[in-house]
Amino acid sequence: MLNQLQRRMLRRRLLQAIPVLFLATFSVFMLMKLLPGDVAVVLAGEQATDERIAEIREIYGLNRPLLVQYGDWVLNALQGDLSQSLLSGESISTTIARVFPNTMFIVAYAILISIVLGVPLGVLAASRPNTWVDKFVMTFSSVGVALPNFWLAMIFVGAFALNRAWLPATGFVPPQEDLWAAIAHSTLPAVALAASGVAEVARQLRSSLVEILQSQHFRTLHAKGLHPRAMLWRHGLRNVSVNLLTVISLLVNRTLAATVVVEAVFAIPGMGTTMVNATLQRDFPVVQGVVLMMVLTVITVNLITDMLYSVLDPRIGQK
Amino acid sequence: MTSAPRSLHAGETPPEQGPPGVDPAPSAVAAARAAAPDAAATAQAAARPPAAVNIADVAPARRSFALKARDWASDDPFAVVALIVLLTIVACSIFAPWISPYDPTLQDYDVILMPPSADYLLGTDDLGRDVFSRLIHGASASVYAAFLAVGVAAFLGIPVGLIAGYAGGWVDDVISRIIDTFLSFPAIVLAIAVTGVLGIGLTNAMISVGIVFAPQLARLARARTLVLKQELYVDAARCFGASPTRILWKHVLPNAIQPVLVQMTLLMAVALLAEASLSFLGLGMQPPEPSWGGMIARAYLYMQIAPEQMYAPGLAILATALAFNTLGESLREAMDPTSGKT
Repeated sequence: MLNQLQRRMLRRRLLQAIPVLFLATFSVFMLMKLLPGDVAVVLAGEQATDERIAEIREIYGLNRPLLVQYGDWVLNALQGDLSQSLLSGESISTTIARVFPNTMFIVAYAILISIVLGVPLGVLAASRPNTWVDKFVMTFSSVGVALPNFWLAMIFVGAFALNRAWLPATGFVPPQEDLWAAIAHSTLPAVALAASGVAEVARQLRSSLVEILQSQHFRTLHAKGLHPRAMLWRHGLRNVSVNLLTVISLLVNRTLAATVVVEAVFAIPGMGTTMVNATLQRDFPVVQGVVLMMVLTVITVNLITDMLYSVLDPRIGQK
Repeated sequence: MTSAPRSLHAGETPPEQGPPGVDPAPSAVAAARAAAPDAAATAQAAARPPAAVNIADVAPARRSFALKARDWASDDPFAVVALIVLLTIVACSIFAPWISPYDPTLQDYDVILMPPSADYLLGTDDLGRDVFSRLIHGASASVYAAFLAVGVAAFLGIPVGLIAGYAGGWVDDVISRIIDTFLSFPAIVLAIAVTGVLGIGLTNAMISVGIVFAPQLARLARARTLVLKQELYVDAARCFGASPTRILWKHVLPNAIQPVLVQMTLLMAVALLAEASLSFLGLGMQPPEPSWGGMIARAYLYMQIAPEQMYAPGLAILATALAFNTLGESLREAMDPTSGKT
């Protein structure tokens, strides 16, 4: 399926991911070291006994050299051990395993909406540049990008959950338990998150399509009498698929960040709520674990995107 | 203020004003354009004391500036509106104590969750505080947050990008990997983590948002530097023995800054939304100090009793973010002649 050049490209991408992974994990590890003063004392709490402080120091290995601590932390993390919550004592990987699917379900739902609505809107605008249709789509997309999505989420709650009770206002059901209930609970958050996604996809798609429609290639297609619709949907979309992929991978990063706030509006037990609660309660290991998981998710998505580039556009990687 | 300013206009034209009749655009537009980055040099020239400059030298430049401003205003009326919105917000943030009708933290339990009225233009919140006054004071938090985050990003990102692009080799490789790494940190997530560790507060949060933004500016500055270092004038400066610092500061930066400034304007909107989100979560501006995000969080609790409470702060965020984006896009088009309207 892949030729040799593409395989070499993939290998190089994987190798390039290694320093990024190292730097990212190291930064997340160093987050805890930002704590002012003796970390063990802060972790143990204000009224901790000396024994408790010594115990904490032992548990987190704070009396060893920094790089050794980091190495240990990474090795443990690789084995799924992210230590435990200071408050509940629950293993952090257990917490993450419980909340991560919920967040990813909503993120995936939101990105699906962004693509399903954003692509036709972008094509529509690009096919009629500078008409009222185009202007309407572009205005909508400017507003969509500037909307505070947590605020939009609240307006949705007011309109569709409280006043009309079409959809549940708060809470969540994990998709593995009851898929339909999960979809019902995540529809409002996903739509609120997708507002900026739809806008971004439509806007980027429009601008790259407009550019490509002016190319020689499309003049030829036009000259040979190809129907405009076929030009747009068959040739146009294929040509801008790489740009679309870039937008989608950026969207994953942004949507993941935005869910943190939207989850709070709907009281969804996800990565965001876990992180915000842990931050407010100063439960640092949990914060660290959640950040690590989110950053690893984004890095993985970026890596997959990079690899898809060379599949979608064989020219990439041939230089 | 009816007679005094008019007589000033009719009689003695102040030396700072352009030649009469050249600029029919309102002075707000001229002031507006002065804020635009590529006009900064012109504005500086215009601000010099007239005695020190030969008027004949300055007049054509000023005229073209006025004409440019008028062209820009007629090309892109939305951008002018955006600029007026932003200037209003900044004015609110500076003059809040003088223009707000009430003390934003003053609680009055006789008027709780009142609908808008003549006394309270936007009603009152659950503690009887005037929503309109809180909205005006909330602008300070937003403006402060946006400028702080983007300032930190520029302070870190631009020099790093210039150095990476100019030095090349392993320096560039290392910096590029660091840029890649930080681009994969969702901004709000890192901001929350850092505030969790350093203590909750707007300043810490926005500094960490700035750190996450820095790679975007670094990447732009690096890309421009890669192109510019091939230029003859950079070669010439090097031949004359200019130090790399001087070359970067005097020759590369001024020519690389435009796309960076556009991106900075757009990042302002992102920073503003980040501040609102963090304050909404209770991790940004701390009550009772007003912030738009905090007001929305408060209004959410009373949504079923007083649903109109959440509209004003949300619309304020939307309008400001939209204004930053509109201005950024307009600057991009004005600076890049190839991105003409299609």
